[in-house]
Amino acid sequence: MARRQPEGPPPAPIVQRIRVQYAKRGRMRFSSHRDFARAFERSLRRAAVPMAYSAGFHPHPKISYVGAAPTGVGSEAEYLEIALAERCEPADVIAAIDAVLPDGLDMVLAVDVLDAPPGSLPDQIQASHWRLELADDPAVLVEAVAELMRHESVMVDRLTKDGKRSIDARAAIVTGIVSAGTEDQSRAIIELVVRQATPAVRPDDVLAALTSVAGFAPSQPPRATRLAQGPLSENGAVGDPLRITTVKDTGTPVSTR
Amino acid sequence: MSANKPEYQSPESLFDRLDPLLTQVSKPIQYVGGELNARSKDWDSVPVHWALMYPDAYEVGLPNQGVQILYEVLNERSDALAERTYAVWPDLEKLLREHGVPQFTVDGHRAVGAFDVLGVSFATELGYTNMLTALDLAGIPMHAADRGDEHPIVLGGGHAAFNPEPISDFIDAAVLGDGEQIVGAITEVIAAHKAAGSPGGRDELLVRLAETGGVYVPRFYDVSYVLDGPSAGQLASVRPNRDRVPERVSKHTVMDLDEWPYPKTPLVPMAESVHERMSVEIFRGCTRGCRFCQAGMITRPVRERSIEGIGKMVESGLAATGFEEVGLLSLSSADHSEIGPLAKQLADRYEESRVSLSLPSTRVDAFNIDLANEFSRNGRRSGLTFAPEGGSERLRRVINKMVSHEDLISTVTAAYSQGWRQVKLYFMCGLPTETDEDVLEIATMAQDVIRAGRTATGSRDIKATVSIGGFVPKPHTPFQWAAQAAPEVVDSRLKKLRDAINSDRSLGRNIGMRYHDGQPSLIEGLLSRGDRRVGAVIERVWRSGGRFDGWSEHFSYQRWLDAADAVLPAHGVDIGFFTTRERDADEVLPWDHLDSGLDKQWLWDDWQDALTGYEQDDCRWTPCFDCGVCPTMGTDIQVGPTGRSLLPLAAATPKR
Repeated sequence: MARRQPEGPPPAPIVQRIRVQYAKRGRMRFSSHRDFARAFERSLRRAAVPMAYSAGFHPHPKISYVGAAPTGVGSEAEYLEIALAERCEPADVIAAIDAVLPDGLDMVLAVDVLDAPPGSLPDQIQASHWRLELADDPAVLVEAVAELMRHESVMVDRLTKDGKRSIDARAAIVTGIVSAGTEDQSRAIIELVVRQATPAVRPDDVLAALTSVAGFAPSQPPRATRLAQGPLSENGAVGDPLRITTVKDTGTPVSTR
Repeated sequence: MSANKPEYQSPESLFDRLDPLLTQVSKPIQYVGGELNARSKDWDSVPVHWALMYPDAYEVGLPNQGVQILYEVLNERSDALAERTYAVWPDLEKLLREHGVPQFTVDGHRAVGAFDVLGVSFATELGYTNMLTALDLAGIPMHAADRGDEHPIVLGGGHAAFNPEPISDFIDAAVLGDGEQIVGAITEVIAAHKAAGSPGGRDELLVRLAETGGVYVPRFYDVSYVLDGPSAGQLASVRPNRDRVPERVSKHTVMDLDEWPYPKTPLVPMAESVHERMSVEIFRGCTRGCRFCQAGMITRPVRERSIEGIGKMVESGLAATGFEEVGLLSLSSADHSEIGPLAKQLADRYEESRVSLSLPSTRVDAFNIDLANEFSRNGRRSGLTFAPEGGSERLRRVINKMVSHEDLISTVTAAYSQGWRQVKLYFMCGLPTETDEDVLEIATMAQDVIRAGRTATGSRDIKATVSIGGFVPKPHTPFQWAAQAAPEVVDSRLKKLRDAINSDRSLGRNIGMRYHDGQPSLIEGLLSRGDRRVGAVIERVWRSGGRFDGWSEHFSYQRWLDAADAVLPAHGVDIGFFTTRERDADEVLPWDHLDSGLDKQWLWDDWQDALTGYEQDDCRWTPCFDCGVCPTMGTDIQVGPTGRSLLPLAAATPKR
């Protein structure tokens, strides 16, 4: 017999796209990307956001994600784009979503695509600014990072579901700066600007590279946070992917709250 | 071990110590809490602190309705708070031990040892070893006898607690039946005891709980055994060993479900869980009388939630969670007296939204298909599930789940012709009086289903799946006296069945067969109908590494057999004594002093009726058959129809 088809009219057309910056903070940094996506989709329903849906028996809200931070890593700068079937004020949409998301999954900024830089959202994501906090002597890290930067290429193994995968953890690094913690001078902070590559080089890959070239092993699992993602300027700063501005000489993250 | 270390009893958050460990384990999100609708109350604002444990992984434990209901009921009280704790996987267990971090709650990350009560909900006996892990990690002495005033009261509940004897060494107390009201009563007893300066310590507190008649405290009962003669090894008696303690302990029954509309704001897991949906319980209890079904026996009488109450819970639950699917739960949901209007009105209400409704459907009749059609008005009709449970008509009379071969075929024909593409059929293997021929009839049935489906649809592309579980005789059922089938018998029948299904390739390739081997069922049987002597087997299994026994990748049959062989012979019994041995009418059963309301003589008569294939009707539609529950418990069946309908919604539905 013929397969049943969904009855009724086709889904409402897309009238607006909104790009959203969100953060993964505190204990919610332990959420995986899939965990976030489920929570976000539920929040869209609770906030009654007039989403545009795909066709078929199981319509899905139209959401695209870019470059999710790994599980266990915090982030101030994750991005996604949603498609709406009714026009809305972007700030109102994320305020409604933020009110129904668990604390720690926080909406930061939203702009209409028409007000955003041209091109797709992935086009805007050229580099990522990471901060790694380690319970180790900054002097040791200064040496280790300097040694890493002397190399052109450092291959490290990453364990994936399909086995080991070899990636170059050095080539993608634009800058690596070590400083002492402001509260605790005996703790080291590494700030990294890493060019977007496939597969993406992540903080644990850089740590593996430090082990490989300098024999460095962290005394405790480091805490990593993504501070920014966006266009990469010639002087190595990471800009804001949601605003049409020339990239300034600053890598500081954008925050509107 | 570390029972006296203060950190094991401090309510301060352990999160900072846990944080570096979580980066090293799989799925760390399951340990951090903070889910939507999670509660957090100030520790010092209430006198009584409950830790609620579901002794399995978070992904299984979080959706559990019992824990969610009690969590909400307790947190709404002004004199109590409740936090949740789940079994930690071996990767985190190892790290917790290495770093001296105790078992913690996911809400406040407080040490479980700091709470007044550790309530453990046992939906299945296979969670017993996980409770021991939690006790050990919490620094709570494993044996109740070794605990002092500073330790939590370890309280068992859930269906398995209707025979808590195998875990009586490890729990301080058990509660039978519905928890909504008794957790309040227990809270008040503890609060009063604390307010009075804890006179008489732990022992007096347990006596105060026991004398309510609704809390079973195993240590206040002495068990004696028959030492010689043909009954050697059996129980001789179970008697209270002090005053103020009742001869028998009664189960609890909540009579008006509309007064207890919980969970009102269901927890929404951050991690992926086994049920990505919201559940609304539409009635409790079942009087279908399936003789294998412990849930149906111990939850009597039937109590329906009203159609308005269901409507409100669906609406407010969806608004509070953002779930996309709602399951209407009960033991036999199509039996709600107003299920027809309910299904139609809910389908109408949510037709324009993307909310889908589901009904765990087990009845084999055309009405069930009408309901399923209502719930899939604009959705894909994928699979429809029926549970004939027994392969032959004779066997279905034995288990009192009567459906004829013809009824089944005409029902599935209707399903296929209305667009359903797959039919799932649930069966059990190892039922009392079962022979190879009974099980082989499952193959005939499945083949006839495929033939009927092909005729009805004119297509060869239809599927049927048969799912087969091993039968485990349970306490408080007519089959509590039955001999459990040996794993070899179950496995051999399943192999013959598989060969029979595959004997006709043209039909067999459209039939899927899913089953579990018989070994875990035998261990479940040992734990279900065991007595206090089985406790040492559980402890030995745990000490040799037993964890997560409900998971096939962690379960070790050999470990259980070895432990049983090491422990039981000293008592003159073995694993077969508890499992494959048929009991006599006059045997004292380990749970006889625990009152589920069912009259033991009625259960025995029903067991004898089973053996002669005599069916028992349902008291919802036919006169009372004196199972004993209503007069014993002072209850009555509560069914409609009320003739009422869903209230119109005051607010807009989630869809704009």
